[in-house]
Amino acid sequence: MTPLRIGIIPLTDCAPIAVACERGFFRRHGIDARVTREASWASLRDKLAAGALDAAHMLAPMPIAATLGIDPLAVPTITAFSLGLNGNAITLSEELWSRMRAADGDATAARPLPATALRRVIEDDRRRGRPPLRFAVVYPFSSHDYELRYWLAAAGIDPEADVGLAVVPPPRMVECLESRTIDGFCVGEPWSSLAVRRGVGRIAITKLEIWSNSPEKVLAVRRDWADRHRELHRAALRALLEAAVWTDRAENRAEVAHVLASERWVGAPASLLAGSLTGRIALAQDGEAVELPDFHVFHRYAATFPWVSHAAWLVLQMLRWGQLARPVDVLDAAASVYRPDLYREAARDVGVSAPAADVKTEGTHAGPWSLAGADGATIAMGPDLFFDGGTFDPRALVASLTRSPIASPRVDLGALAALNA
Amino acid sequence: MIVDDRPERAEILSAALAHAGYTVVARVGGRADLAQRVFEIQPDVIIVDMECPDRDTLEDMSRITRDRPCPTVMFVDRSDDDSIRAAVQAGVSAYVVGGLHAERVKPVLEVAIARFNEFQTLRRELATARSSLEERKVVERAKGILMKRRGMDEEAAFRALRKMAMDRKVRLATIAREVVAASELLT
Repeated sequence: MTPLRIGIIPLTDCAPIAVACERGFFRRHGIDARVTREASWASLRDKLAAGALDAAHMLAPMPIAATLGIDPLAVPTITAFSLGLNGNAITLSEELWSRMRAADGDATAARPLPATALRRVIEDDRRRGRPPLRFAVVYPFSSHDYELRYWLAAAGIDPEADVGLAVVPPPRMVECLESRTIDGFCVGEPWSSLAVRRGVGRIAITKLEIWSNSPEKVLAVRRDWADRHRELHRAALRALLEAAVWTDRAENRAEVAHVLASERWVGAPASLLAGSLTGRIALAQDGEAVELPDFHVFHRYAATFPWVSHAAWLVLQMLRWGQLARPVDVLDAAASVYRPDLYREAARDVGVSAPAADVKTEGTHAGPWSLAGADGATIAMGPDLFFDGGTFDPRALVASLTRSPIASPRVDLGALAALNA
Repeated sequence: MIVDDRPERAEILSAALAHAGYTVVARVGGRADLAQRVFEIQPDVIIVDMECPDRDTLEDMSRITRDRPCPTVMFVDRSDDDSIRAAVQAGVSAYVVGGLHAERVKPVLEVAIARFNEFQTLRRELATARSSLEERKVVERAKGILMKRRGMDEEAAFRALRKMAMDRKVRLATIAREVVAASELLT
């Protein structure tokens, strides 16, 4: 048995790692997994960078930010494995929700919910000279941050100018909403469900609805570690692939909730975790649960595949919101972090079909579709629509950046266009 | 300012800091309005437990207040584990305060602040080095365009770019970007 030190953050989407540990998938591939629960993304990042951890359950943008050198530690980090799709939600305080309903009742009845009623509330506050509403995300380099900004910007709300944005650790989100320190947040499960259960918040829109089947967490390792431990890394990917297949089955989801309930993993009641895992989500304390069977996708739709185009979309968000201020070759940067080549090796070992392509367009499939696997098989895919009808073409990167009037890039757009021509 | 979920430990640390001649302006732990408090208090140094979830909030604030960053000193209770120590030291302006002995607090703070200043300098140097790399890439592209469109050799293309830059008293990279942008318009 080879020891492997893995760090996780207590969230429902660490499920494939938990299942690989608790149901013997790591052991079957000769790995003695030693898992530690970390208190913050910064601590997880520092420990991975310093070699106190071998692998980490990370927000998909984190290894990209580390490799591009825009987070404090700048250690080249890669991923060959996506830990799943979707899994987040934007939750608003009940008070804000009532104001939105009063401002524009029709808009609050629509699903997926646009932020147009929210814009009316913001305009009203501005007229009355009230301080701006405050929203929280879990980390600056997170899909949560980009999803919230995308949702706001689509309704003409400038996330930099019209609202306040703060970083709050997931376990403190509900408390912050309750004490009115913030008016809404975007976070992974089970924290939105907890806000709903306590009656302090209401789920406005889920990540699944903002961008169907979009990337969320990854298994990150340092690039030099991956070079020195090729076999161990590959064995870990094999175990996680098998664990993801098991985790994804509807009939296993109740047991997944049970596994995650332990203090070793998320440390929340199984009944709270079961909602999103079984695809029945209560959006409000007084409302009926809605059926969202794709709320968490762990294997189907090539969910574990590290799409270079997903990474490219994330790099574009860093450019759009000024986190990345220098021009880069976006696909090049994406491909230096996301490693489908390593994924395909491990997938072949365990007989899982991997996509033949490294990139795909987004926002063009409203229903099921299929694509070719590297082994000649056909892979069933799910919808990939953005809620506002937006599209993303990895071959026309800069066009998708300059399309929206709401953006705060700090990069020289001419130089960016030159590098991505 | 001390950020710690455990009041007893914050108390010990606070006493040690006072003994070393520092003034503790605030002790906060596990509160929702942490960011607000930091803005109000404007501490010179923030001291936080490495295992505290509020680290992400503090780090984000230092990103926002890039003009006036404030050193953050991290401590861990367990200083016996080398890899944990390395992780703490890897964090920005961090240092280990294992065991929290009064006599160790002052030198640790001084080292942390020195490391913080070093890091700020390093970050500025790195940013300069990076932009010059990107600039070289753009100049290469512009040279390539001139070579292809005007049939120049590499040397002539470079001289042409340099002359344009000198004539207009702008930097080579600026001219190169314009050449590249103009070529985009034509294609």
